[in-house]
Amino acid sequence: MAAEQQVRLGADGAGARAASAISAAFQRGRPALIVYLMAGYPDPPTSLTSLVAAAEGGADLIELGVPYGDPVADGPVIADAARVACAREGGFGLTETIDLAAKLRSALGAGAPPIVLMTYLNPLMRLGLAAAAERMRGAGIAGVIVPDMPVEAARPWLAASHGLDTVFLAAPTSTPERLQALAKASSGFVYCVSTLGVTGERDRLADGVRELVARLRAVTDLPVAVGFGISTPSQAAEVADLADGVIVGSAVVRRQADPEAVHAFVTALAEAVHGSGSALPSAPQAP
Amino acid sequence: MPGSLLPSAEEAYSSPDAQGFFGPYGGTFVPETVMPALEELARAFEDAQADASFSAELDALLADYVGRPSPLYQADRLASEVGLGTVWLKREDLNPPGAPTIINTIGQCLPAKRMGKRRVIAETGAGQHGVATATTAALMGLECSIFMGTEDIRRQALNVYKMRLLGAEVVPISDGTGTLADAVTAALRHWVERVEDTFYVLGSAVGPHPYPLIVRHFQKVIGEEAIAQLRAKGADMPDAVVACVGGGSNAIGIFYPFLRDVPADRRPLLVGAEAAGLGLETDKHGAALTKGTPGVLHGFYSYLLQDEAGNPKEAYSISAGLDYPGVGPEHSYLKDTGLVRYEAVTDREALDAFALLARTEGIIPAIESAHALAMLPRLAAELGPEASVLVNVSGRGDKDMDIVREAGLGG
Ligand SMILES: Cc1ncc(COP(=O)(O)O)c(C=O)c1O
Repeated sequence: MAAEQQVRLGADGAGARAASAISAAFQRGRPALIVYLMAGYPDPPTSLTSLVAAAEGGADLIELGVPYGDPVADGPVIADAARVACAREGGFGLTETIDLAAKLRSALGAGAPPIVLMTYLNPLMRLGLAAAAERMRGAGIAGVIVPDMPVEAARPWLAASHGLDTVFLAAPTSTPERLQALAKASSGFVYCVSTLGVTGERDRLADGVRELVARLRAVTDLPVAVGFGISTPSQAAEVADLADGVIVGSAVVRRQADPEAVHAFVTALAEAVHGSGSALPSAPQAP
Repeated sequence: MPGSLLPSAEEAYSSPDAQGFFGPYGGTFVPETVMPALEELARAFEDAQADASFSAELDALLADYVGRPSPLYQADRLASEVGLGTVWLKREDLNPPGAPTIINTIGQCLPAKRMGKRRVIAETGAGQHGVATATTAALMGLECSIFMGTEDIRRQALNVYKMRLLGAEVVPISDGTGTLADAVTAALRHWVERVEDTFYVLGSAVGPHPYPLIVRHFQKVIGEEAIAQLRAKGADMPDAVVACVGGGSNAIGIFYPFLRDVPADRRPLLVGAEAAGLGLETDKHGAALTKGTPGVLHGFYSYLLQDEAGNPKEAYSISAGLDYPGVGPEHSYLKDTGLVRYEAVTDREALDAFALLARTEGIIPAIESAHALAMLPRLAAELGPEASVLVNVSGRGDKDMDIVREAGLGG
């Protein structure tokens, strides 16, 4: 199978690949804002309007959640949204989410931010890994995040998914060997999970974030984005000071039934994230 | 093991592989956060197996605290009632908390203590595993929280009360149908959060590697004892061995020694009984092996009741312990290889078998175990009136009094 040759776990892995749409989103000379929304929630048309609002509010990358019945890595806000979306007449799952992504891209035209799907593994397996990858490429999706696919379980997907980035998650508990392996297998960026536990808003940033970002930087040149628990513009700014990207999920999904609220919130997040920065400022400094 | 029972090299049954795969089934599909804990668990388990003081401690507890071996009883009145020559009952209903999962909870909590964990969590459906975990936590001075669906809390109230008496916290889970699958998900979520100080005592032969292997390792004493007891009684190898299958721990516990130690030409027919609930033609059942397709749930790849989009479907059974949309990965492998045959038993058939055992032998089984007993008339029809069948009676029925009364038994 031709795809076999594309297995990217070797030493000459992701780093050697041509820059993807996802890495481009991190190369604007400022930290990137990554906004998570749940496809199909509270209903398909509203989710599309909210996605457009998030893009127009200043999201550099859209992380599009696939509704799934057993979202083991997700807290109550995202899990409830998934349940509502799944329960629709006729169901709303991976194929509908991919179609929604295609609609989003045509609604936004050339300036559309890249879309990365956040899906659990079983919907991919149910559709068939190769068929799922094909359909994603057809819809212009840039990559995937699969929270229940640790790096050692990823070989079949990596073999089937050429042309798509696969973002692995790093956790505060990851050992040095694991960080190295998952960073090597990642493409696009590495997702730094800020805290133990599931997705959801938290009052303050976890203590270990800075350390985990530093440990990742030591093993990869890929951009590092931090997610889980970031709920306010000021927390987002704090994270933007130390990472290449800031991922906000539950706090957006909570507003997702109201596209105007999504627009206002994402605008505030974008100001906070783009205005701070560990990355170099885009305007040249006066000498 | 006695010489005649030793397998030849090519017959040796040697699953899983180092990554925890039984053929294509099993594996480790969990968030990165808990991967290091699973690696640590695999190492601790290996260390414990290599350590003679661990097995001495375990064996002493199994003998003096649990009271093993459990009896092997020849149930002649039941045999003649169902039309078989001999019925052997492996009396796992006589374990102190009412089911053999106490072997597994002691087996897991000993290394947990050695790993320095002071707190254990577990999921439970019927409440048996919850009671066994709470019992073991009390025995070893560990803090204990049990995750249980609200529907199961309702239908297994006696066990909930026991867990609280034993000092455990019972965390009600109202997600989904409020049954076993929801409790597993909640326990996994909680574990992701508290992985640093908490040990997850998984209750069945399910979950990510190395859990199915660990659970089998401890539960296999059931089959080992049965083989030794049959020999001691001078009995022939039975024609069939039957166990009920929810996640599959009691079944693998009795099957595995027959797979590992008995050559194929002398091996009994091995039969697993799943829950057919209100009937396989309805969508109210828990028959993952009979009606499911392979997929990933709760960290492993196995037969699964799932919809077109890959969402797990709701299972149903009168028995909370068989009310689960998946099944342990080793059973999927045993089904595909034909080494074990799986059939499904309805609520009604299980209730009839429950009543029959009570009346003919004075033994009140768990409603889960009644699914295995319900296979006896079918096996009599298939194997004839001389045949002998060994049944794993995986638990006792105290917890099921309300359920069987509601269903009209004992009128
Ligand atoms: C008495 C009894 N038997 C069987 C089961 C099913 O579990 P397993 O298939 O893991 O043995 C349960 C589960 O709670 C139980 O309580």
